[in-house]
Amino acid sequence: MAYAVLAPFFLAIFAPALTQALGHRAGWALAALPAGLFIYFTGFIEPVSSGERFVFTAEWVPSYGVNLSFFVDGLSLVFALLITGIGAFILIYAGGYLKGHEHHGRFFSFLLMFMGSMLGLVLADNVITLFIFWELTSITSFLLIGFDHRREASRRAAIQALVVTGGGGLALLAGLILMAGATGTMEMSEMLSLGNLGDNPLYVPILLLVLGGAFTKSAQVPFHFWLPNAMEAPTPVSAYLHSATMVKAGVYLVMRVQPALGDTILWSIILPAFGGATLLTGVFLGLRQTDLKLMLAYTTVASLGLLIMLTGTSDLVIIEGAVLYLIAHSLFKGGLFMVAGTIDHEAGTRDITRLGGLRAAMPLTFAAAALCALSMAGLPPFFGFIAKEIMYKGLSHVALIPTGLPAADIAAWVLVAVAVIGNAMMLVIGFAVAFKPFLGTRADTPKSAHEGPVMLWIGPVVLSVLGLIAALTAHETGDLFIEPMTAAVSGVPIELDLHLWPSKFDAAVMLSILTIGLGLLIFSVYETARSGMGRIADWVGWGPDKGFDQAVRGIIAFAEEVTGIFQHGELRGYMIVTFGVTFLVLIVPLAMIDGLPAIPAIPDLFVYEWGVLALALAGLVAVFYAKTRLTAIISLGIQGFAVALIFLIFGAPDLSFTQFMVETLSVVILTLVLTRLSLAETDTRGMPRALGDGTIAIGVGAAFTLVLLSVTQQPLDLRLSAFFTEFSQPVAHGRNIVNVILVDFRALDTFGEITVVLVAGLACLAAIRLRKRRPPAAQSHGAELRNDADDAISQTRPLPSAKETVS
Amino acid sequence: MEPALAVTVGCFFALSIYLMLSDSTIRIVLGIAILGNAVNLLIFTAGRLTREVPPIVPSGYSAPFEATANPLPQALILTAIVISFSLFAFILVLVYRAYQELGTDSSQEMRLAEPVDEPGAPRGY
Repeated sequence: MAYAVLAPFFLAIFAPALTQALGHRAGWALAALPAGLFIYFTGFIEPVSSGERFVFTAEWVPSYGVNLSFFVDGLSLVFALLITGIGAFILIYAGGYLKGHEHHGRFFSFLLMFMGSMLGLVLADNVITLFIFWELTSITSFLLIGFDHRREASRRAAIQALVVTGGGGLALLAGLILMAGATGTMEMSEMLSLGNLGDNPLYVPILLLVLGGAFTKSAQVPFHFWLPNAMEAPTPVSAYLHSATMVKAGVYLVMRVQPALGDTILWSIILPAFGGATLLTGVFLGLRQTDLKLMLAYTTVASLGLLIMLTGTSDLVIIEGAVLYLIAHSLFKGGLFMVAGTIDHEAGTRDITRLGGLRAAMPLTFAAAALCALSMAGLPPFFGFIAKEIMYKGLSHVALIPTGLPAADIAAWVLVAVAVIGNAMMLVIGFAVAFKPFLGTRADTPKSAHEGPVMLWIGPVVLSVLGLIAALTAHETGDLFIEPMTAAVSGVPIELDLHLWPSKFDAAVMLSILTIGLGLLIFSVYETARSGMGRIADWVGWGPDKGFDQAVRGIIAFAEEVTGIFQHGELRGYMIVTFGVTFLVLIVPLAMIDGLPAIPAIPDLFVYEWGVLALALAGLVAVFYAKTRLTAIISLGIQGFAVALIFLIFGAPDLSFTQFMVETLSVVILTLVLTRLSLAETDTRGMPRALGDGTIAIGVGAAFTLVLLSVTQQPLDLRLSAFFTEFSQPVAHGRNIVNVILVDFRALDTFGEITVVLVAGLACLAAIRLRKRRPPAAQSHGAELRNDADDAISQTRPLPSAKETVS
Repeated sequence: MEPALAVTVGCFFALSIYLMLSDSTIRIVLGIAILGNAVNLLIFTAGRLTREVPPIVPSGYSAPFEATANPLPQALILTAIVISFSLFAFILVLVYRAYQELGTDSSQEMRLAEPVDEPGAPRGY
């Protein structure tokens, strides 16, 4: 099973090379993989429909309970079949649609990676695995939506999708981890068998976090805006992501956790409320669109809302309706998107006001569009009709039985009304997409339209016919797919008997007739309704989409402000912050934990020791007052040699020797450098600034004194020193303990030190050599060529003193 | 003995920091040189002071027979002296080259990496 999930990723690696070799025909070859996987998954249909469940586990990080585990039940199987089945046709379609595109292979690669992520997501058993594949779909969809990365609109849509769905993914992760904590297992299949979590104290945060993930992915209000924007992607992407996969992931998640989190008051308020709002938002915003893809995108939003709304009822029959609708929607929406893409591809536009009369030129596409639209409209004998019938049966059944709670009764009727309006509007938009471009008088299109190649029409034709076949063989479809999937979503085994034609004239049939009548009525005044809806939307103006832009701009402006405050470009400011923090780090723990050190007695030092300390301080004072560079260098030397003397009188001859050497070198080098520069020797700081700087300096200095006093007043742990002293001679055969530590016990540290010296030396050399190789203006042409590399470096910087340095 | 050194260390730190807060890059270099000494003395004093007896094992013995100076801070400081000298040399070269290239020794005027009139971040996508 893990191989089945990972196979698309492997193929993705080779897709570009294959496309190089085969051209656009690689679409046929690549489609063999999802087709093969589809056949592999069909092998599960028989056992799963008889109630079996399969779990496949491969250990990944067993110490954290993270496994690469997958499980197959009615729900995941139907999704896996949709992903691989529609995926195969999408790959073929993409072969024809992007024929000749310079990055065709890359596109196939992204599409396959997305397919693998989606498969992993719906089959995952371990919640961490589920989360990883969830985020992988976000990332791969980012790549797909932003495929045409040279256009700003594409980049915006891709970033938007990533931010919204990726952010929701983080909420989902938190929710899943809480869920794992509440149930004590990381495996989804085990969680579901433990019963409902409604009484768990963590139920509310779990539910809200998981729904946060599902609602962002499935584009529920107020996160619906990313989905229509994602239409910037090439049409194969829209057809795939927005029919059976990406956006259905949220619905999948809600259906998956329904047995564990569903059937509570909170669940049955939140889901129908958001789902219903999304349904209405989707259909009304969709009505005003004239772009075929955008019309379909908004009806996708609406359909997702409908699915969430239905799942939220936790009623068995309504869930059966949701399951039916989910499959029907995948088939007709995948087909319709491909039809829209074909029209765009062949006619050069997908603006519905500029299209008309294409039926003769593109008969196959027209037939596919018509079949899909009839299913979308919920007319018999199509699969969409059965879905709508069952959904109405459940909704009206719940509404007709009084619960005793007036609010609940009203809510049930509101759901019926919302479903009727939503379905009627979907009929309107579906008919508009499928019939307006084909019927009526032939309109002038940018390209002279004719039937697309086989790669473009095979997908829509097969999917639309499947929508018909599934309905005509309703009984078998119900047994094989609907029954196990409904059982998985509701959490209880059920028996279904599905028929195409309703057995009696009940409320559901009346609602269906009402829906179709209402839809046809609106469709008859389509142009007026569209422009009216456009005026309302323009009047509202602001929406979450604009809000996203405002939020992004706000974040950038805020980041710029903050950066401006902390990275102002003044070295002294950075230093003040550094030393201020140093002061606090030293003084706060001292004052709060250890207490200030006791005031020490006047130290008992010999005269020469006082003398050395006085010499050091005299050197410091001299540096402070130095007015010429030579005085400064000599004074620096004085304090350095005084430090060497301190080392000498306190038993550290090695240090003293090294310090003498280094100070001598420092003075020599400083003299060399400073005599070649004409630096201003006087300190330019005015009195107020000097006072401020002095305060900081004295404060930090005093803090170090206090810390050092405190340290020396506390007992010293000498274990390490004692170890070195004891073993220096017996183990390392050296008498100078300091040297033994450096070259033996801690030899690697010394090696590191040597490396530092070496790198510093090389860096100095490089910095100096860079100048020497600068070609003077009068140099010969050959020399200039030799120095091209350095030239490029120096030319990129506007150097005020360039001429001066050259001379 | 330690308190006297503690005050001395404080003076080293104070002066080095005062110099480093200057605009003049050469004063900053002087400050860094003194800072190295300040830190070394800090470590030295924290390891306690012992007069005149270096940590050396006398010939014919396997360990020193009297209390010696603490060898551990000495080993640390020996490394630190060399590294702070490397740092000092490198910064000196940087200051020297910066002066040659930019014609100034004031850190206020060195705004090549962070220009005063830098354009804002792009607001688009």
